[in-house]
Amino acid sequence: MLRFLAGRLFSSFLSIIGATLAVFTLTNFHNDPRLLFVPDSGNGITQEQWDKLGERLGMNKPFHERYIDWIGRTLRGDLGISLARQMAVTDIVMAKIPATLELALGGWIFAIALGIPTGVVAAVFRGSFWDYLARGAALVGQAAPPFVTGLVLIYIFNQWITPGGEPLLPAGGRKPEFDVKDYVLPCIALGWGAAAALMRLTRSSMLEILDSEYIRLARAKGVSFTTVIFKHALRNALIAPVTSALLIFSGWLNGALVVEIIFSWPGIGYDALYRAVNDNDFPLLLGTVFVFILIYLIFATIADIAYTIIDPRVRLN
Amino acid sequence: MTTETTNSQFNPMKYWLITWSFFRRYPVFPAVILVVLVIAAIIGPTVAPYERDIGDVRARHNLPGTVDIKFPTKPKGGIDLTSSDISAGSTFVATYELPTDNVIFDIDDDGSFNNNISWNEDSPNTPDILFSNITQEGSMLSFEIITNEDIIDGQNDSIILDVQVIRTDTKLLDFWPDGYHFMGNDHVGRDVFSRLLHGAQISMMVVGISLVAGMTIGVALGLIAGYTATRYEPNIGFNYTYKGKKRRFSILAPWLVDEFITRFVDIWYALPFLMVALVVTLIFGRGLTVLMGVLALIAWSGFVRVIRAQTLIIRELDFVASAKINGATSFRIMYKHIFPGVLNTAVVVATLNTSGLILAESVLSFVGAGIQPPTPAWGVMTNEGRDYLAIAPHQVMVPGGAIFLVVLALNFLGDWLRDRLDPRLRQVD
Repeated sequence: MLRFLAGRLFSSFLSIIGATLAVFTLTNFHNDPRLLFVPDSGNGITQEQWDKLGERLGMNKPFHERYIDWIGRTLRGDLGISLARQMAVTDIVMAKIPATLELALGGWIFAIALGIPTGVVAAVFRGSFWDYLARGAALVGQAAPPFVTGLVLIYIFNQWITPGGEPLLPAGGRKPEFDVKDYVLPCIALGWGAAAALMRLTRSSMLEILDSEYIRLARAKGVSFTTVIFKHALRNALIAPVTSALLIFSGWLNGALVVEIIFSWPGIGYDALYRAVNDNDFPLLLGTVFVFILIYLIFATIADIAYTIIDPRVRLN
Repeated sequence: MTTETTNSQFNPMKYWLITWSFFRRYPVFPAVILVVLVIAAIIGPTVAPYERDIGDVRARHNLPGTVDIKFPTKPKGGIDLTSSDISAGSTFVATYELPTDNVIFDIDDDGSFNNNISWNEDSPNTPDILFSNITQEGSMLSFEIITNEDIIDGQNDSIILDVQVIRTDTKLLDFWPDGYHFMGNDHVGRDVFSRLLHGAQISMMVVGISLVAGMTIGVALGLIAGYTATRYEPNIGFNYTYKGKKRRFSILAPWLVDEFITRFVDIWYALPFLMVALVVTLIFGRGLTVLMGVLALIAWSGFVRVIRAQTLIIRELDFVASAKINGATSFRIMYKHIFPGVLNTAVVVATLNTSGLILAESVLSFVGAGIQPPTPAWGVMTNEGRDYLAIAPHQVMVPGGAIFLVVLALNFLGDWLRDRLDPRLRQVD
């Protein structure tokens, strides 16, 4: 276990170094970030000011020194200062990350609550109407990109269903005070595809288990249907879906960006990453990339460990 | 009393079952969708009924099937009724030039409009008249006017009829080849259907090229990784003696290549692709070439592991060993002996990956990192329609539905191909 964790840490470290180095190199050789401070006409800045600005941004140092500087500051929890907004990157990321995590958590709960039970039902009643319905819904979920799902949801619940002239659910945004209505549509839009994936996974692993000898033995000796399903089959069948659910959560930083754009969600994807790219704000971009990869790796490691806890047959390495 | 004998030869149920089993066995609908897509991608831009980027301001947000054109209230070709004395009940023919010739009016056999025609009722001296026998030739609309009251020359200085034609009804299937916007118009008044056809070509080109590029890279790396895996191959290095024991120092053992490739793929998987894409587009600018590169970057990693696993199996077979004995180089063995064996798997993986690539392309275009407007990628079209969801939902639903259908068809086809060509990749279903 310790050896596994050490190996995992090492490869995570490599991933972070590789990714940040790549982003650092690319952003540094792309555009001079000083251009952000110069008006579009190119006037209004003298050579002295230009040099001074470069000094302040650390542009006068060689590349490797800047990178090592950045790593050192990052380890101390300081991700630098955003160029476009003149705020500490750590503050921006910390201010935006709760919204994203809430969104991801809501979508995750939706995906698990919908995907796993329907998968079990579809497997137990294989070939029935409910099985076909669940599989059809899963196909729809996997084929629809999150932005299409989101927009269709907005159209249905914000435009069509308007009891008393008021839209049933808001089309987007997140109020400062907690309101469940704000969360419903974004979480469904984000979790829909994952629910489909989880449903298919649960169904296939449940089918595999239900075909096995020990289930037949249990049924043959007279154990009731529900006991067999819930006590014997389900616990074994859930191994794969639960681990992949953890991975799905980490992989969601992809989809979250799109959902955040559609629903004007003030999260890290839209407010930090997307705008950093558009502003050529390289400290913010680097910081966001760093946080993204960190979150992903943490969850990937948790998924690996959870795998061994849920299923003792699996050995790490 | 007569009893009817049933004809046992003909059983409609049986034919339904045969049809049903045929549809279950072969992916007919996905194949049809994809064939339509390919045809649209090839000939679409040439048969598209409207301009790609030029819109008609009067037709903004038109719903599918409608031509809701409000002509200017004072057109050039007004109808001058001052020319002569006209007594009540008389008829004369007037022509009216439409501002555009791609409107077809729904004219009944008896020559009356099925839709509203109105004229400027605010103007003074508007005579009491009726329209009849309406015909249309191109942009010229001519009709007979029956006056219900006397119009005396000189009494009215000028009576200009300001004809305003408002068309609100729908009539499908009359759209082709000129006239209706059968999938409606977008916020600039551009025909959604024409843009959809153009977008099909662009999307297919982008996805096809990036898939081939990614496949080439991925298969090549997978072959190399599989071929160099473990210490099976003699490694590069030198032998030396240390404390009386012969040892070998490997400078560049081939398995290191495999190790490097697989590690790199692992790290690559850890990167959220959207982030990679955003960073790359930030660096290299936005455009078609960059987008293809980004998609190739996304596509290649899916091939490596599968191809590597397949290569590990094939390279142990006898014909590879005999090729080696006969002095074939590593490149020749990989290319001539192993590559044909992994091609099936590569095709299956490619089909399974295509839908993901289409999704990625549309997401990137949607986010603004992919194809730039006004070029009509389907993701761009969906994004543009986002602000007008309330008044023109078709602007989102048409391109979004197109993406959805194509991805659905590709998923079906991919599953089917996998079961046919490479069942080992299959999970329990």
